[in-house]
Amino acid sequence: METAVAKTGTESKTWGGGPKSPLKVSYGKLMMWVFLASDSLTFSGFLASYGLIRFKFSDEWPIADEVFNHFPFLHGVDAPMYYVALMTFILIFSSVTMVLAVDAGHKMQKGKVTTYLFLTIIGGLIFLGSQAWEWKNFINGTYGAVKTKGGNIVQFVDTQGERLAIADVAQALPGQRVHQKPSEAIWYSFDERDIPTYSLEEVKKGFMANEDILVRIQTLDDRGQKVILSRDKSISLIENQAAGVVEGANLTENEYGPPLFADFFFFITGFHGFHVSIGVMLNIIIFFNVLIGTYEKRGSYEMVEKVGLYWHFVDLVWVFVFTFFYLV
Amino acid sequence: MAETNTHTKNDNSAVKRIWTVFVILSIVTIVEVVLGIFRPDFLVHTDFVYLSLLNWIFILLTIYKAYYIVWAFMHMEHETKGLRRAIIWTSGFLIIYLVFIFLTEGNYIYEVMKNGFVAWDF
Repeated sequence: METAVAKTGTESKTWGGGPKSPLKVSYGKLMMWVFLASDSLTFSGFLASYGLIRFKFSDEWPIADEVFNHFPFLHGVDAPMYYVALMTFILIFSSVTMVLAVDAGHKMQKGKVTTYLFLTIIGGLIFLGSQAWEWKNFINGTYGAVKTKGGNIVQFVDTQGERLAIADVAQALPGQRVHQKPSEAIWYSFDERDIPTYSLEEVKKGFMANEDILVRIQTLDDRGQKVILSRDKSISLIENQAAGVVEGANLTENEYGPPLFADFFFFITGFHGFHVSIGVMLNIIIFFNVLIGTYEKRGSYEMVEKVGLYWHFVDLVWVFVFTFFYLV
Repeated sequence: MAETNTHTKNDNSAVKRIWTVFVILSIVTIVEVVLGIFRPDFLVHTDFVYLSLLNWIFILLTIYKAYYIVWAFMHMEHETKGLRRAIIWTSGFLIIYLVFIFLTEGNYIYEVMKNGFVAWDF
């Protein structure tokens, strides 16, 4: 009873309801595109709210070059951005190998698809490892800082404007709190937060003793540098407003500046890293499918193409994260 | 899906295109990093619509890179016009609007914190 369906006579036209897909794309690929469009909105939500906070704190945002200046095996060398640039290259290159795998798939070259997919997985894993290392440096911190009662972060510099670590400033006092080990105590519980390496009293004492130590506040001058207070102002700030020692970063405080700086760093790069790890897992699954010849039997490597779309999207997001977190 | 794979006909040109795009993306990234490290004074201190010229350069270069990733790596250039517009125009419109209202609001909060009569650092 084919007459049950009314014919419109427009079936041959693109959008006429005929058997041909108007967008000339398979269901799976179309849905991947729709998913990526919605996912891009999630990321833009994150990045736009980061922008909002950035505008709110535009006078006092941390300088990215000072925060992200580590490079593996170059201990203590100031290497702003080189490492993130390297991570960007790794991700872009893994995108290249992915698109080469897709291209080899179109030509039904199983061997090439296998090789390129393998390289893509390796690239993804290196990127994830790099991000973990970046997080480690960020969480541990380098210099440490003092938090004021108003919740601001102040840092120590010498008269040349070079940063000083808390360890360089502080002088040990007797009778301070010590970490007890489980073996030394009958009853043992963890502090809510770790005790800083140096107490505020020790930092204050060291600061007062050395005339050459100045305080740097978060406010940016019109040259985009942090304002360094005079010795007198530094003393009055430390005397009257210092509230605690901050080392490294967590969700409630960080030594770099406003707490939201670390929060956005963790959430945005974390969410991106989560996407990368999902991508690596998908890549591994299709890698084994390629190996056992699933797509060879199916006669099409379109699955590689779909996962490839996702992988390129991850790269695309990183390009934006790189710009807004490290450059702008 | 043979009908979508229009670029399989000329085999080596596809691979060549991939490497060309890789070179473009690398050069743009290197330019960004160099600008990010040296931060030329006149670019940092020339403002244009709320942002410094340097930041505009970064944003434009990023969009340029995004264009190549989507068009060449994700094969958007081989898709139909309908699919291109459904994805790019929709998300493009929403993202631009979102960024616009968020940044406007952020700037407003900044003004209030700076010029308002309520002390927030105490």
